[in-house]
Amino acid sequence: MTTDTKTTDIKTMDKKVKKDKVKFIWTPKKAATAFSAYMIGLFFIYPYINMLLTSLKPNEELYAFPMKRLPQSWQFDNYLEVWSVAPIGNFLRASVIVSICATLLVLIVSVPAAYYVARNRFRGRSAFLLLVLATQMFSPTALIIGIFREVKFFGLLDTWAALIIVNAGFNLAFAVWLLSGFFASVPVEIEEAAMVDGCTRFASLRRVVLPVTLPGLVTAVIFTFVSTWNEFTVALTVISSPTRQPISTGITTFIGQYDVAWEYLFTTTAIAIIPVVILFISIEKYLVGGLTAGSVK
Amino acid sequence: MTATSIAAKKVKNRRPANSTISALPWIGPSLLLILLVVVWPAIELIRISLTKITSAGVLEGFFGLGNYRLLFENPDLKTIAVRTLIWVFAVVSITVALSLPLAQLINQNFPGRKFVRWAMIVPWAASVVMTSIIWKWILELTSGELNLTLQQLGLQDGQPVDWLRDPRYSFFVLVWVAVFVSIPFTTFVILAGLQSIPNDIIEAAQVDGAGPWQVYRSIKFPLLRNALLIATIINLINVFNSFPIIWALTRGGPGYDTDTMITFAYKMAFVEYNMGPSTALGVINFAFIMLIVLIYLRVTKATRDQA
Repeated sequence: MTTDTKTTDIKTMDKKVKKDKVKFIWTPKKAATAFSAYMIGLFFIYPYINMLLTSLKPNEELYAFPMKRLPQSWQFDNYLEVWSVAPIGNFLRASVIVSICATLLVLIVSVPAAYYVARNRFRGRSAFLLLVLATQMFSPTALIIGIFREVKFFGLLDTWAALIIVNAGFNLAFAVWLLSGFFASVPVEIEEAAMVDGCTRFASLRRVVLPVTLPGLVTAVIFTFVSTWNEFTVALTVISSPTRQPISTGITTFIGQYDVAWEYLFTTTAIAIIPVVILFISIEKYLVGGLTAGSVK
Repeated sequence: MTATSIAAKKVKNRRPANSTISALPWIGPSLLLILLVVVWPAIELIRISLTKITSAGVLEGFFGLGNYRLLFENPDLKTIAVRTLIWVFAVVSITVALSLPLAQLINQNFPGRKFVRWAMIVPWAASVVMTSIIWKWILELTSGELNLTLQQLGLQDGQPVDWLRDPRYSFFVLVWVAVFVSIPFTTFVILAGLQSIPNDIIEAAQVDGAGPWQVYRSIKFPLLRNALLIATIINLINVFNSFPIIWALTRGGPGYDTDTMITFAYKMAFVEYNMGPSTALGVINFAFIMLIVLIYLRVTKATRDQA
């Protein structure tokens, strides 16, 4: 009953990796592989390193000639000053609230649907799945005029509620699709045993299936949170008051018509990017597994 | 698609089909959310495209294909449509071509592999607008690191290049940034595909005397087909829909010189308040995405039937 096949799989995989690491012997070929991989890793974080270094420079160093890559005087104060230069506290609060609410909404709505679809045959099942698959392929960008008019129709222009509902809607498909794959991979027998023991359908979902499919849930949560956090087009179109902007559109505050306060701009993007990157990396193991279970077999 | 179709096979013949009504408490909320957020705007978009609409958004009755006529009378449309096709084709093909070797590289065993993978996740996790703004800083005319580095290396004499405003370069710069943000996702999908290839198949082939190239060509590549296909199609749609990169870097400008059909529709609607033709272009964009989705459904069906 308590056999947790997924976790044991992951554990044995970890052991294998560790064993390989012990056996690793440097050869010229392997050194070349490792070196090129390090260079590629550096290449992909290079812009973000540039961002961090720029965020720590005083303004006059930004345009200094000849250019110095490292700050000559490290201006850690930029990270304190930025809070009074622009209302980034407001931006971050908006982003946190919108992202958490959208994620909760996606979970509440997608878990029952994914579970039912994985376990039952019913009239309209394939139509529902096709609809979900089709919406997974859409982004709000192509529909933005329709979205704008609908939000206006409901009197929700310039509200977080609009952002929450729209973001939840567009991330729902990913969650339903991913989770139904996970639920289908849980043997029905485990659940039937739980039901024999007196669990209701819902209790067996909550006590047996959800814990086993935790990697899938975590992946769905982080995906929704991060993509809502990063969403730009809808926020740009729907939110007009500067005080209600999320961070993704709020950063444009630093971009004036003739002048950009780059050091403060990058202080802000660093604050916005680093937590999200850590979140994503924290589920790297599940992320790849989640992708495999979701779409690539 | 495959995961659920397997699920469908498993479920078949186990229990009699339930009625749609009994499914509604479970799938109803999802259905409602999709109808509200995806289907409603799509229908609204199509409806408005057939209606006369003022720049303030006031509807003035049925207009037939009037908005479409206005759109096609626009002299810039043809160039923008061609540019959109080039944009999608260039970004997707370069992305997939680079991601395939990258996935194989980070699938190798070497010390610190974990950190290299983490580094590659960063552009995927970070906001695309913010990444684009960072590139904008790097590509700045006088203070950008690219021009200053080229000067230091003596590779650029005389005038520095205005990467974002010079029409000879600006489009390529956009393609570059789009490839940069698309590679991580694509690489990780292909990596997942690589990891799903059972080791014993490869070992069996090696025992039978297959060389590394043969193993790759006859075993790994065919088994990666599905991963590559899914990565390509999702990229097609993402790149076509790509709005933040262009908006943050050039706003589609100068003029309409770097606009795609997506940014052009947005610009007409929300910058120029030219609502009518904008909704017509919105419908065309929507139809284009529908087409790719249908191709996707067909292609994956063919793969399913083969299996």
